[in-house]
Amino acid sequence: MSSASRSVRAIAVCGAAVLAMAGCSSDTGAGGAQSSDTYTWWDPYPQHKKSSEWAERVAKCGDKAGVTIKRTAYDTTALTNQALLAAQEGTSPDLMLLDNPAVSTLADTGMLTTMKEFGLGTSGIDKNLLAAGVVDGKKYGIPVGANTLALYYNKDVLDAAGVDPASVKDWDSLTAALKKVTGAGKKGITFAGIGTEEGSFQFLPWFWGAGADLHDLDSPEAADALKLWTDWRKRGYAPESVINNSQNTTWEEFLTGKFAFAVNGTWQVDSAAKAKFDTGVLQIPGKDGGVAPTPTGGEFITAPVQKDTGRYDVTKKIVKCMTTPEGMVETAKTFAYYIPPTKATQDQLLKEKPRLKPWVKAVRTAKGRTSDNLGTDYPKISEPLWTAVQKALSKSKSPEGALKEAQSTAKDKVG
Amino acid sequence: MRVTTEPVAPAVRAPGGEPPPVAPPPRQRLHRRIRSTQWAGLAFLAPLLAYLLIFYAFPLYRNLELSVHDYTVRAFVLGNAEFTGFANYRDVLTSDTFGLALRNTLLFTFVSIAAQYAIGLALAVFFRANFRLSGVLRAMFLVPWLLPLIVSGSTWAWMLAGDNGIVNAALEAFGIGQINWLTDPDWALTSVITANIWLGIPFNLVILHAGLQNIPDELYEAAALDGANAWQQFWRVTFPLLRPVSAITLLLGLVYTLKVVDVIWIMTTGGPGNVSTTLAVWSYREAFGTGQPDFSPAATVGNLLILMALAFGFVYLQLQRRQHADQEGEQP
Repeated sequence: MSSASRSVRAIAVCGAAVLAMAGCSSDTGAGGAQSSDTYTWWDPYPQHKKSSEWAERVAKCGDKAGVTIKRTAYDTTALTNQALLAAQEGTSPDLMLLDNPAVSTLADTGMLTTMKEFGLGTSGIDKNLLAAGVVDGKKYGIPVGANTLALYYNKDVLDAAGVDPASVKDWDSLTAALKKVTGAGKKGITFAGIGTEEGSFQFLPWFWGAGADLHDLDSPEAADALKLWTDWRKRGYAPESVINNSQNTTWEEFLTGKFAFAVNGTWQVDSAAKAKFDTGVLQIPGKDGGVAPTPTGGEFITAPVQKDTGRYDVTKKIVKCMTTPEGMVETAKTFAYYIPPTKATQDQLLKEKPRLKPWVKAVRTAKGRTSDNLGTDYPKISEPLWTAVQKALSKSKSPEGALKEAQSTAKDKVG
Repeated sequence: MRVTTEPVAPAVRAPGGEPPPVAPPPRQRLHRRIRSTQWAGLAFLAPLLAYLLIFYAFPLYRNLELSVHDYTVRAFVLGNAEFTGFANYRDVLTSDTFGLALRNTLLFTFVSIAAQYAIGLALAVFFRANFRLSGVLRAMFLVPWLLPLIVSGSTWAWMLAGDNGIVNAALEAFGIGQINWLTDPDWALTSVITANIWLGIPFNLVILHAGLQNIPDELYEAAALDGANAWQQFWRVTFPLLRPVSAITLLLGLVYTLKVVDVIWIMTTGGPGNVSTTLAVWSYREAFGTGQPDFSPAATVGNLLILMALAFGFVYLQLQRRQHADQEGEQP
């Protein structure tokens, strides 16, 4: 074979390879399919597969609007990153269900439309739940449901130790109950103090319950809240694992049946009902009694900005379908851990599932993490806060010292 | 070497029994032929070049670009990040976390590598003697390498758990009190280093074992005849002859260990507080560990890590060059 024909062949092969590569790279369309009868939908529920009730519900809303919905599920953090990338490329999905603290961050980039542009009202929705989606008075989404934290207790353990759950009304009575329980040879309370957002999420009820404000991490009230946790550690009322516990690990500890109390969320309701022991739920008490505000969890339905604004009409129909009163109750039931965001729908849900009553109450007193006008500053404050909690729990700093450091870090970051 | 290969080369260039050209072909034709083969060469190179550009050069460039701009989430989407020069580097270098993270990175890297190398070498020498079941045993030492990190990381975390961990149960059985491996600031770094050492042993074992195969048996026989005991054989024969393999093992291990995130993240998320945060973990946390991605500082820390790895790479090249020079000098 002559070398000339060899080189011709080589070029042909390479050309084919290049074409193949180009072929691959042009086929990236995950989001932003511009076909007029397919609408894209992203949500953070990968646990709900294609055949699940949730997927069917989403599909049904598409059918009603006369289009097909292409649903893609990511986990919560991945969804935020994907959303940012898509916005950068101009390939945002038509609809996106966002974890509530992410709404203000993404709204700040200008990638979300306001509900006003869509002519969608938000009047019936509980203010405390809607707050996370409001930036500078503009509403960027509608909560599809909410959840929050409360105090699960193991009735068998409490009975054996002679503690009446109704006696837990403030921090002192809770600590007294823990003392009794540990005195009776059982374990006290478990919670999640891990060095991630979950750690801040779990600390906030105590932080707010002491009357502290996220603008002042080093206030005496904040120190009181942190001292409550470190005291529990010191006296052995809480295990050392709380420093590293995620909310899931916490729940597994509670399910062993050795713990009297666990801080956990609405999403464990079904699991609690299946536990081998009797469980109950208390709202997390404030320092001097009353109920502490707990942070809200849950997603907002949002509509990212599209180049083709003609698509908004159908998008609006889909949003409406998801947020009708019946739709909200259905969402709540599908997920089994969502409380709907309006009074009427909450009452409706309670009629069908009365055991959710403490959770409806908890959601009504709950507070968005990004509220108090924090918005996009919240993540910058949350990181120093969980770091301080970690330092104090692991005794590398005093509660006051750790919080003081956190405040100065947060101040630097917020600017 | 050179002298022996040269006569072979023309034979390679004229395959298929083609008679050697009697007269040189016209100049122009030769020229064109070279050009067309050059094009073919380039075409063959093109996929590799494209690959290098897309997967190496671009990410590097992007990392640099991220680190000299102030990419807030907003700027990331709108693409209008403000150019800030070295402000991010200044912020990172003066941050409270930096000193601690640097110290942790150095401790983590050097203690891990030293222990992995020492244990890996000991095992490699041990397995050099082929005994019954040595193959099976050696294969078992590879298990840490084969396990997905999420599995081994979680298993370590489970074993080292404070109240109900199996390690503490053993310690308590011997009357030593409970140690909070993962949540005590004095122990967290030690724990993640221990887990990382375990993970890195197979890599060192495999490469060093392969290196040992290249040492001729005669040398050991000669050493034995000279009356060298096992210890002397190791220090006078094995260790010096293994030097090139050792150098590359250590360098690879270093680059590999500098950027470890997964083990630490799974076991302690860099905590409690920041006590087990390395530069790599810090970078990961800034970018993906909080609710708000902070790409610019993350890229800045990442670039510092690249610089560190690069510096050690140069040290390695320098050592290798000196070794070459030594060897050439030894030849008559």
